[in-house]
Amino acid sequence: MFGPNNVLAWATFLPLAGAVLIVLLAGLRFSLGLPKRTLDQAARGIALVASGLSLVAAVYAWSFYDPHAPGLLVAGKETGVQLVQRAVWIKVFNVEWFVGVDGLSISMVLLSGLISFVGTIASMPWWSGAKDREMAGMIEDDGHGDDPHHPKHFSVRMVPGYMVMLLILQTGMMGTFVSLDMFLFYVFWEVMLLPMYFLIGIWGGPRKEYAAIKFFLYTLAGSVLMLVAIIGIYYNSAGATLIDGTATQHTFSLLELAAQGHAGQFAQAGPILGFEFTKIVFVGLFIGFAIKIPMFPFHTWLPDAHVEAPTPISVILAGVLLKMGIYGILRFNYGILPEATRWAANAIALFGVINIVYAAFVCLAQKDIKKMIAYSSVSHMGFSLLGMAAMTPTAISGAVLNLFTHGIISPMLFLIVGVIYDRAHHREIERFGGLAQALPEYTAMMGLAFFASLGLPGLCGFISEFMVFSGSFPVYMTYVIISATSVIITAAYYLWAIHRMFLGKLNEAYRGYPDLNWRERMMLYPLGAIAIFLGFYPQAILGTINSTLHALVENVRL
Amino acid sequence: MEQLLIENNLASVGWFRPELALTFGSIALFVLDLVWRRSPLRRQLLAASAVAVLVLAGAFLAQQPVESMPIFNGLLASDGFATFFKWLFLAAGLLTVVIVAQGDDFPSPRVGEFYALLTAVVLGMFIMASATNLLTIYLGIELVSMTSYVLAGLRRRDRKATEAALKYVIFGSVASGVMLFGMSYLYGLLGTADVLAFGPKLAELSAAGGAGAAATKLALVVAVVFVSSGVGYKIASVPWHMWCPDVYEGAPTSFTAFLSVGPKAAGFAVALRFFYGALAGPAGADGLSQSLAGIPWPAVIGVLSAVTMTLGNLTALGQTNLKRLLAYSSIAHAGYMLMGLAAVSALGTQGVMIYMLVYLVMNLGAFLVVIVVAQATGSESILDYRGLSRRHPLAAVTFAIFLFSLTGLPPFAGFTGKWYLFYAVIERASAPNGFWYGALALVAALNTAVSLYYYARIIKAMFIDAPYVEGGVEPKVGYQLMLGAFSAAILVFGIWWTPIVDWSQRSLAMLRG
Repeated sequence: MFGPNNVLAWATFLPLAGAVLIVLLAGLRFSLGLPKRTLDQAARGIALVASGLSLVAAVYAWSFYDPHAPGLLVAGKETGVQLVQRAVWIKVFNVEWFVGVDGLSISMVLLSGLISFVGTIASMPWWSGAKDREMAGMIEDDGHGDDPHHPKHFSVRMVPGYMVMLLILQTGMMGTFVSLDMFLFYVFWEVMLLPMYFLIGIWGGPRKEYAAIKFFLYTLAGSVLMLVAIIGIYYNSAGATLIDGTATQHTFSLLELAAQGHAGQFAQAGPILGFEFTKIVFVGLFIGFAIKIPMFPFHTWLPDAHVEAPTPISVILAGVLLKMGIYGILRFNYGILPEATRWAANAIALFGVINIVYAAFVCLAQKDIKKMIAYSSVSHMGFSLLGMAAMTPTAISGAVLNLFTHGIISPMLFLIVGVIYDRAHHREIERFGGLAQALPEYTAMMGLAFFASLGLPGLCGFISEFMVFSGSFPVYMTYVIISATSVIITAAYYLWAIHRMFLGKLNEAYRGYPDLNWRERMMLYPLGAIAIFLGFYPQAILGTINSTLHALVENVRL
Repeated sequence: MEQLLIENNLASVGWFRPELALTFGSIALFVLDLVWRRSPLRRQLLAASAVAVLVLAGAFLAQQPVESMPIFNGLLASDGFATFFKWLFLAAGLLTVVIVAQGDDFPSPRVGEFYALLTAVVLGMFIMASATNLLTIYLGIELVSMTSYVLAGLRRRDRKATEAALKYVIFGSVASGVMLFGMSYLYGLLGTADVLAFGPKLAELSAAGGAGAAATKLALVVAVVFVSSGVGYKIASVPWHMWCPDVYEGAPTSFTAFLSVGPKAAGFAVALRFFYGALAGPAGADGLSQSLAGIPWPAVIGVLSAVTMTLGNLTALGQTNLKRLLAYSSIAHAGYMLMGLAAVSALGTQGVMIYMLVYLVMNLGAFLVVIVVAQATGSESILDYRGLSRRHPLAAVTFAIFLFSLTGLPPFAGFTGKWYLFYAVIERASAPNGFWYGALALVAALNTAVSLYYYARIIKAMFIDAPYVEGGVEPKVGYQLMLGAFSAAILVFGIWWTPIVDWSQRSLAMLRG
């Protein structure tokens, strides 16, 4: 079923097919009168199978990808892009279905498949003990209906709708990473917005409405700026040929655009609003992506969204969606507008430093453990900004490796928060205490995730941080020294949180809480294993991304 | 000479068959209304005849030759551009008839009148779309206005509807009076009412110079501004938008739905033909500013566009009545479409055409949901949309699709329309002197984000809030089918828009001066 020419399409559309199937089943339920529970279970099953198969396709894609292959030739140059599938989609506007991966995107495809599947598992109300299930509110018919005093777990509320949204979200994420057509990219990018709004807005916490609309407005504001920039790039591009041989006047192909951008095509475009075309387009695109990262000062939507979102959505948000910002900047700004990138590099690095240090300090002040972790994501994404701005081979590899490692660690962290929230129904650090006595296995997983995140050698977070720092040091010495202080602050807030939550005298209210169940183990153990594995053998990822990134950096630096 | 005029008139009748079908159809509907006064099947029979009239007009329209050609000695034009808009009007009319036939907006004794007058409005819009003479432009606009006044107030006992009709009349007559005054100036200055002959006459006028040049210039500016008022009133652009929310709220919803798409499209057809087809000439935007007293008209339209969309969106933020909210949203959409007019280019024209087509489907769809909910709850307040996703999932989901499409998100058709408008503006932005187009694109982009907020408020009420009133919403099967078909069209044209783009591309042929 999966071959090199179609595996990316499978990975992208299998979740969507699952969503369509669930919608059809829901229609059947209304016409045939199936019991609600049957439909709920079927929806869960379909979602698991669809996103599991999508992960399998992503793994196949990873195995088909050869980092040393020359890949697609564009304008006489090897691009390293493989697994290409192309067809004309909208001929009147030269839009193609054009997917393919290079070293940068294949790592994100793998991450997206993995985290999507983890997120789907986290959406299941699996818990063997009836008493435990009741504690978490995972009883479907608890006899209270929609009574707000007996809140139900998100995983048993409006299940088919939830699964449909989750699967559409997965299609959007995968599609964004594999598109090599600018228009196609934008469509997938926007497709992610709607399900996210509903997932936070319907299945979220107490302030879900505020968080959902804030997320939606911030992201849309960014993406309309992006839209204008994309049209500007398209209009000023030179011609290319579509896959069916038609010569065109302009092109949406990201690879063609990169070749043209490198040849100085966009430097000739007329100024807009009195600014150079490349600079204004760079800024438009950059703001669009920076909101997603999120970069200071556009980061305020993230803590709200994370705190209100249900656990699996936080997992996906932190694990995949944040990476799209950096991915987009590398693909668009670095790829197409090298000159403007050089112009902006210092500013990017500065914003990176602000992200790293400012967010780390904010973490220190948090009372809510989920909010603390959300801000730690902001801080960690700053490493990627700093590393990519330095544009040395080590730094940029570290920046992208950081995407992957943070994509493994932060889902773990959010799962860990979800575990305690399912039991205690609050997340205030101060109200816990001595949990290590009640929940030893949980405490061990927490320790692994916290230490991985704060950069303990031997775990994956350390490698990427170290590569970013050492790679950026020759270029931005001051910035690196300032951001290195964050290592101490990070250690401080994590250790302090461990101290208050897990050590000391056990708060009697939490005695007798059940330790990890099998659903939670199924998610935490594999992620923990990957975190340890990459800590010792980062080459597994670096080997794939290095050649692409080094070529990219060469192009930008001239 | 006389002989020639008559011969031309006689020959032109062949190109005028759709309009003739509508004229006689409208009269026939009045008669049938009387004939079937006591028939038990009155409602059904009248609806069927109204559909038959519109379909007949469509059949004649389909046979229309494709070449561009002046008819009735240059009073009207028969060209692809007009035909495109005529199809839109027919579709809007037909869908309105189908909606009204199943609804209870109009009581049985009055429904025959409604169909007859609606057909007359469609006829007026046909004339607007092909008018190339100041006289026919005025004739078309007035025919549409007069009948619309009556239709808005057709429910005489409904106080809101009567108020709406009165406001509509007062605003409308002022606007058309001002327009007529402007037309008289134009005629006096240029010595012809033929819009297509304006180009050379204007060139003569500006070449003349002399002592009166400044006065002539002023008169010309005043005349164009005044003529625009009639058109601006039809498309509900700032500063001629004040009637819009009150009339939309007061008029029967099924007619409001028609009002929000039909006359707006007709107004844009006139504006495009007047500014782009006749005045601008082959030089496009530069031609437009040179021909009309050296005023940067494209920039003026651009400012109008920015103000219209901003005002529409900002005012919509605070609305709680769905019809008023959609009224302000329709003002904002007029602003978006004015971007296409401001571009004064073939691409801009095409953008407006595509947007209008998509807007027709999504706005009619949105109003259809308002009708469905109003039938079940008797209310148009956003409070009664709470929990709609649980009371009637189909209505809630399709409404969400229409609203996202109105926002302009892919993969819905509204994005297609917005994409073309943005593209038209950005194409001009890189031209010399085009820097303000960049600003316009930026304003429009921010407006899109603002508009999301109030559309999302409705979606939040439907999906997130708990039901405010219990009780299901059970729309008629016909409405359910229409909702399904509309949202399917929105999805299909969002993903596969080659057909509508091809069609609009073919229909760009416009009779030029």
